[in-house]
Amino acid sequence: MNIVINGEQRALDDGLNLQQLISILELENKRLAIEVNQEIVPRSEYADYILKQDDKVEIVQAIGGG
Amino acid sequence: MTTETAPVNDKPLIIAGKTYQSRLLVGTGKYKNNEETKQAIEASGAEIITIAVRRTNIGQNPDEPNLLDILPPDQYTLLPNTAGCYTTKDAVRTCRLARELLDGHKLVKLEVLGDEKTLFPDITATLEAAEILVKDGFDVMVYTSDDPLIAKRLEDVGCAAVMPLAAPIGSGLGIRNPYNILTIVENANVPIIVDAGVGTASDSAIAMELGCDGILMNTAIAAAQNPALMASAMRKAIEAGREAYLAGRMPRKRFASASSPIEGLFF
Repeated sequence: MNIVINGEQRALDDGLNLQQLISILELENKRLAIEVNQEIVPRSEYADYILKQDDKVEIVQAIGGG
Repeated sequence: MTTETAPVNDKPLIIAGKTYQSRLLVGTGKYKNNEETKQAIEASGAEIITIAVRRTNIGQNPDEPNLLDILPPDQYTLLPNTAGCYTTKDAVRTCRLARELLDGHKLVKLEVLGDEKTLFPDITATLEAAEILVKDGFDVMVYTSDDPLIAKRLEDVGCAAVMPLAAPIGSGLGIRNPYNILTIVENANVPIIVDAGVGTASDSAIAMELGCDGILMNTAIAAAQNPALMASAMRKAIEAGREAYLAGRMPRKRFASASSPIEGLFF
């Protein structure tokens, strides 16, 4: 399936959940927040959240700002 | 030698029920690196630190140090901002992501910008976003213009602190409209924090002498030649300005008034 992560197209295996996506992206143990199709997915639900074709995923973190 | 100072009966700064010793709030943008950020923040003595929420780099530098590693949330009160948001929707969305990012943290800095050149706030969108966020349980510290009527309305919709600009963000122009800031302070029942526009220590002292409850700044420290030293200067200026405000300044007079008595002159 193809999904969009932070604005970039990615081809990934069908049935992937958010926890697996985080592993693939080497973002384990990072302090993140995730939206899928503009809905926040709570951290506790990553393992149960199955991604599907054309999902738009936003993965955000804290950076310096004023 | 130690110096005795008169006891100051000051009320502490309380924002959304939490008490703070420092009246200086600082941003974390525009620094060269995390080490410079850390040194400046330590020198500032600030307890409330703003952060921005942005896309994580995918596939690049997975071991890049994270800002939250140098700013542990148990040591500082983190204040996620909505910088870069030009619509109510984007600002609300950013605050909700920040709440998830920081495990249910409710304190946010709301700014809805109206114009790229001035970075002045879009006031109608700011009011709308503030109402939505307050209803959603956020403690909203809101960036606004120096208009006293709007400042009051933002207080009335339930904002935890109102933060008028002193001059455009990042401009360092100082307190451009002290009388409006004074009016905002006099009308307020929530903390008034000057947010944006100070350039150097004297600007901070002036804002505090007007009775502001605190100052939030980023560029004035980060863009100084020596950020940690400027952070220290700002800390002192804010303390000095606060004490001067509490002390009550002398009235201004146009002409001189001798400090030594006339009586007892021997010539």
